[in-house]
Amino acid sequence: MDPNTENQNIPPAKHVISRTLDDFFFTVYHVYQFVLRFFKEVFLPPYEFKEIIHQCYEVGFKSLPLISLTGFITGVVFTNQSRPSLANFGATSWLPSLISIAIVRALAPLVTALIAAGKVGSNMGAELGSMKVTEQIDAMEVSATNPFKYLVVSRILATTFMIPLLVMYTAFVALMGAFLSVHSNEQTSFAMFFSQVFDSLSFLDLFSTSFKSTVFGFTIGVVGCYCGYNSSKGTEGVGKAANAAVVAAMFLIFVEEIVIVAIVNAFR
Amino acid sequence: MLKTKKAIDKNNSVISIRGLQKAFGDLHILRGVDLDVYQGENLVVLGRSGTGKSVLIKIISGLLLPDEGQVNVLGEEVALLKSRELMALRLKVGFSFQNSALYDSMTVRQNLEFPLVRNSRNLKRSQINDEVESVLDAVGLSQTIEQMPSELSGGQRKRIGIARTLILRPEIMLYDEPTAGLDPITCIEINSLINEVQEKYKTTSIIITHDLTCAKETGDRIAMLLDGQFAIQGTFDEVFASDDARVQSFYNYNFTQ
Ligand SMILES: Nc1ncnc2c1ncn2[C@@H]1O[C@H](COP(=O)(O)OP(=O)(O)O)[C@@H](O)[C@H]1O
Ligand SMILES: [Mg+2]
Repeated sequence: MDPNTENQNIPPAKHVISRTLDDFFFTVYHVYQFVLRFFKEVFLPPYEFKEIIHQCYEVGFKSLPLISLTGFITGVVFTNQSRPSLANFGATSWLPSLISIAIVRALAPLVTALIAAGKVGSNMGAELGSMKVTEQIDAMEVSATNPFKYLVVSRILATTFMIPLLVMYTAFVALMGAFLSVHSNEQTSFAMFFSQVFDSLSFLDLFSTSFKSTVFGFTIGVVGCYCGYNSSKGTEGVGKAANAAVVAAMFLIFVEEIVIVAIVNAFR
Repeated sequence: MLKTKKAIDKNNSVISIRGLQKAFGDLHILRGVDLDVYQGENLVVLGRSGTGKSVLIKIISGLLLPDEGQVNVLGEEVALLKSRELMALRLKVGFSFQNSALYDSMTVRQNLEFPLVRNSRNLKRSQINDEVESVLDAVGLSQTIEQMPSELSGGQRKRIGIARTLILRPEIMLYDEPTAGLDPITCIEINSLINEVQEKYKTTSIIITHDLTCAKETGDRIAMLLDGQFAIQGTFDEVFASDDARVQSFYNYNFTQ
């Protein structure tokens, strides 16, 4: 091919930037409308209780095996990696407090949210994306069912309720992993370990973790549904929707983590 | 089954479209469509792919909004309806999608009861089962009731798709390419199913197709969508007696391929 004709298709860099910025604000505006629609429809009857319960089962129960494994390993590994540093100062008795703070404040919410973004978010993106592409969403609409309410509202509610529960569960499993490690190395008893764990936590810690988990859950649901519900036509669109759901949700989770921690630390 | 052509009562129009325009960006798809569909008839809309046939019936069922013009369905102006009123209208308008659009996470039974359970919430379990069995019987697929859509053939999926819209007893049926992608024998079966539905459920139908056999078998009247307008309407023979070059090339293409 003549290199000159090829070049004509590449717009100058300035245009590329302005177009992606336009695209960016366009997307932000659309997501904003999507979220507004959620808040409008979530309070209007009919309520899709059956579908909400079904989605809670899909999000919560089906994530348990993966979450259990990751949570447990996180607890064990984090404890084993922290031990040498504390041992340098002869402070291994501080291990349970350190672990408790690290797991409850940061690790459990982040690990759970990232895993859920990967598993649940991509699943929602792909599922709704393929329903969109094969006109199943249109089919719902013409049979006089509101697909936004049936598919989207129920999924967002499910992640918003279930992610905090999963985070609690992850924290528990991770602490059990940490306990096993501490118990076999420092012979700390179960009662001793958990009394140290709870002593190091404040109400603010528990509140901020619950709040953060709820925000993470809402984010995963909104992003997964948005990407799927607005996926482009064709099988390629489904893959893109699933992929975009994971990438965008993970990115937002990190941003939210930074912002929420900054706010909470201002109250400490 | 050979079709007995309906006598058309031209005073009783169920769908009435005037000056309908629709564009996507710079692409002007529908450019002033005028169309009447009369009570009880099967109207076939013919046109090459990409001419906006699907867009037209999506506008009729309120899935897309027109840019300009009036679309009146069963006495209601579709574009002006509130969402509740649109839902009520949609109960009377069945839509059979080109790729069937069966819910692939549900069994055939669940697919069929979905519209029913959601729109008449106080039906008894036995009534729902009766309805499901009756429409499934009407499309001749009683044995598939517990199967998943992925286990069905293309023709079976089409039939289930049609059954799912019949379960709400629509007054109007919109078929989007009912025979596309099917083998000739299955096409014949689908054509006679469309005629049976017209007889049994007393529906008024729009059948979109580019398959002339299907048009001939099912249509009481044919309308050809050419360059965004219905230039030519009439019976099959009337339409193809036209010496418009576009009509002739369409005819030749279909019967010489
Ligand atoms: N929702 C949409 N957004 C943008 N373009 C569309 C949309 N729906 C259809 N089109 C375009 O309109 C044209 C006609 O489409 P369609 O009605 O599906 O054709 P057909 O007559 O084959 O059914 C096509 O070029 C298609 O790309
Ligand atoms: Mg089409």
